[in-house]
Amino acid sequence: MAKYNLTHLQELESEAIFVIREVFAQFEKPGILFSGGKDSIVVTHLARKAFWPSKIPFPLVHIDTGHNFPETIQFRDDLANEIGAELVTPLVQDSIDKGRVREETGKDASRNWLQITTLLDAIEEHQFDALMGGARRDEEKARAKERFFSHRDDFGQWDPKNQRPELWNIFNGKKHYGEHFRVFPISNWTEMDVWQYILLEGIKIPSLYIAHEREVIWRNNSWLPNSEFLNLREGEEVVNKKVRFRTLGDITITGGIESDADTLEKIVVEVAAARQTERGNRADDKRSETAMEDRKKEGYF
Amino acid sequence: MENSYLDMELLRFTTAGSVDDGKSTLIGRLLHDSKSIFEDQLDHVEASSKKRGLEHTDLALLTDGLKDEREQGITIDVAYRYFATPKRKFIIADTPGHIQYTRNMVTGASTANLALILIDARKGLVEQTYRHSFIASLLQIPHIIVCVNKMDLVDYSEEAFEKIKADYEDFAAKLDVKDIRFIPISALNGDNVVNRSDKTDWYEGPTLLYTLETIHIGSDFNHIDCRFPVQTVIRPKTDEYHDYRGYAGRVSGGVFKKGDDIMVLPSGFTSRVKSIETMDGEVEEAFAPMSVTVTLEDEIDISRGDMLVRPNNQPQATQDLDVMLCWFNQEGPQIRKKYTVLHSSNEVKVMIKQIHYRLDINTLHRQENYQNLGMNDILKVTIRSTKPLLVDAYRKNRLTGSLILIDDSTNETVAAGMITG
Repeated sequence: MAKYNLTHLQELESEAIFVIREVFAQFEKPGILFSGGKDSIVVTHLARKAFWPSKIPFPLVHIDTGHNFPETIQFRDDLANEIGAELVTPLVQDSIDKGRVREETGKDASRNWLQITTLLDAIEEHQFDALMGGARRDEEKARAKERFFSHRDDFGQWDPKNQRPELWNIFNGKKHYGEHFRVFPISNWTEMDVWQYILLEGIKIPSLYIAHEREVIWRNNSWLPNSEFLNLREGEEVVNKKVRFRTLGDITITGGIESDADTLEKIVVEVAAARQTERGNRADDKRSETAMEDRKKEGYF
Repeated sequence: MENSYLDMELLRFTTAGSVDDGKSTLIGRLLHDSKSIFEDQLDHVEASSKKRGLEHTDLALLTDGLKDEREQGITIDVAYRYFATPKRKFIIADTPGHIQYTRNMVTGASTANLALILIDARKGLVEQTYRHSFIASLLQIPHIIVCVNKMDLVDYSEEAFEKIKADYEDFAAKLDVKDIRFIPISALNGDNVVNRSDKTDWYEGPTLLYTLETIHIGSDFNHIDCRFPVQTVIRPKTDEYHDYRGYAGRVSGGVFKKGDDIMVLPSGFTSRVKSIETMDGEVEEAFAPMSVTVTLEDEIDISRGDMLVRPNNQPQATQDLDVMLCWFNQEGPQIRKKYTVLHSSNEVKVMIKQIHYRLDINTLHRQENYQNLGMNDILKVTIRSTKPLLVDAYRKNRLTGSLILIDDSTNETVAAGMITG
């Protein structure tokens, strides 16, 4: 008798494709929250697979803080062009100019919180009723409690204690006017799964993930990339190092690690041996013990 | 490079338990010994434990992620944890064990291949043991592993282990689970968890991890009765694919092959499978839980909610369903109130016609005199739908035999149901 077994990556892929197709079937105006990071790249790849030979029926929505790695923006534009996807890029700078938010000041200022307002305004303006993201449950303790279909109220807020139970493969996307959903098709993937899948599928990723020479400074236990937004503090100096980034956020808050992993195969080996979580170098998570939960309740990704 | 990672299977298991039965310790050990806990996570947990004035590092803080959970020291929700060994990847649905969280246990159990049940070797079977086992049986989890824990506190006594095993086997005669195994362990000391214990010479079975890695899960899905619920229709309308019409969905049961005769329900039209496609190319056959796109030889009007089956093996098409419901909401069920049901890729209005009994989840007794139905109650009901649903008994197929009930005013999922007939 034939063996009817899937490998775990095939099963995760199949689950994600099922979820993405449910989003298309249950919602009027869905989109993909695209950060240029590997997880949203994988979600975009899965969306292509879900609807092939049609083009992906979702726009890529990138909340642009202005504090980008130049490589990320180039990658985003190339990808959208290649797969024929519409690109929606709300600017945090616009929210600041309109007086919707105020730029943070002080020594660890970032535009991380400000994105929330820009994102929620964009949802209203474009009438998005479901946005898919690449968040995974293994990333962070608050994200471990996320549903695949995660309800947001009229204010874009997440109520973690009052979430709808999710059973089998039945997803309840019912909502009132003004409410929306965040959907996480790769909830059950780990960092290792994502890398192995990228390797297996030959998915293109930004060069930032691969070890490269870069100007960096040592701050908060990681190598922060030098950029026009960075003000050197006393005792800090710009040095050249071979680094790579395990996650990609704003250039102002994403620290790199020293690495010689300059191929996907070497990255996989490095990830397998890693003793720190990938978000360990993200300044945005370090603000408090519940930084992620607090941001998510307000409407963060 | 040889990459065994690409040849691993996925096993989903559920655990349930209270603070002191060693569940967190066991999960912590599995994660720790498989190197799935990172240094910075451990640092965080150690710092949080100290902040709370705890003497030991409380590994529960790894899974209890929400502010309220950490403050109250309890698991409120289902927490999903991940670890992998070179043989398998594991997803743990970790749920609280108290009766007021029955709904979370049911949720965690709905997707599990296996239930891990912990029994304290000093205490033997307790109320929670019965409850967790009944839920595993009700949700048709195919495998149960009973870990008799804290063997170190009973001097690794074979007698104590055998007594509990016999008691459980007695009780399990009432259950509907085919595969039950017993392992004597000490989560704290690691006996028979990852490594064999030298203190239990009398035990000849495998360790917990070895069992998790090797237990046969290939037949946990139904590979006999062909069921393909159509999720959406793919029509590219490009020059290259001008007349392309593909039916996208995830196989819920059986094996579909190119050339197979199929019937479309509810219309009853018949055709043949022309191709089974993915972006990577055609596949020869598709089985649960594969997501594929099916094209047919004939042009038939098919849309979301329809189901492709084999003409000689059809699900039941019925408007009257006998269902075992687990109620999730504060507000209890009301006779004749309208709810929305999601079943497979279908959505219909239903009303509850009759409530037959409430099941006592600790004893499996049927209570025909009950009051105040509400959250966490397990009920046998009959519901009537506005149009026929294409269903199988839950025992036969967990995917086409399950449904959820939604309250139309709040949009909340108020119940989950398993179809009995």
